[in-house]
Amino acid sequence: MNTTFGSKRLVVGAHYGLRDWLSQRVTALVMAIFTVAVVVQVLMAGPLDYYKWSAMFSHQWMKVLTFVVIVSLLWHVWVGMRDVWMDYVKPVAARLGLEVLTIAWLVGCAGWAIQILWRL
Amino acid sequence: MMTSLKEQSIRTRPVYRNIHVSQLASYRLPPAGWVSILHRVSGVLMFLLLPFVIWMFDTSLTSEISFDQFASVFAAGAGMVPAWFFKLVAFALIWAYLLHFCAGLRHLWMDATHAVGLEFGRVSAWVAIGLSSVVTLALGGRLFSIF
Repeated sequence: MNTTFGSKRLVVGAHYGLRDWLSQRVTALVMAIFTVAVVVQVLMAGPLDYYKWSAMFSHQWMKVLTFVVIVSLLWHVWVGMRDVWMDYVKPVAARLGLEVLTIAWLVGCAGWAIQILWRL
Repeated sequence: MMTSLKEQSIRTRPVYRNIHVSQLASYRLPPAGWVSILHRVSGVLMFLLLPFVIWMFDTSLTSEISFDQFASVFAAGAGMVPAWFFKLVAFALIWAYLLHFCAGLRHLWMDATHAVGLEFGRVSAWVAIGLSSVVTLALGGRLFSIF
């Protein structure tokens, strides 16, 4: 419920600031955990070849983690790129166009990555 | 009287804008400022190179044959593009990832502990730049077969 007075009054319009801030940090944490998981496995495997590398992604938990990372990346990059466009591109038409292109680029890349993951 | 004072205060009110590209050289940024702008630059770079990252993910994992394709690009190049160029792009990606990673951890640390002092900002900025640079150079040495 919108409050128009007191310390909890609504002072901004769309109130997506906290949500974007929090989702960018949570998705960052997910990707950091994935990074550590990959680095530890690579270090434990020794000199890498195709079999060791692909065996890493054959575990179900790794596939699930990778999937969550792809979605996290999509979300994280959207928040970041939107910030960049909002800071540097002032004309509304240009900004909207770039935002639409960013979404298309990110959804395309995420779809491609999930497609690869799916067939492993 | 009142209106003229008001107009004057409006006229002299400082306006903060983004630094223009032409001003970059004349601005002396503190280390935290460098981490901030490099965080952004590395993020945009990785955004633009996403297809290359997914291509590496694809070819390195899909099959033995595709893995050989993946490896040969860095050993012999592809088409008109020489191998050193692919290595350079990979090097830039390693740098961007590590710097973004360290700068991100710095942010998470500041958010979690409310460490927002000037001194912490300065020291942690140097740590983020230093740590990511050292690891990048170490991995880059392996990538370019220097050691």
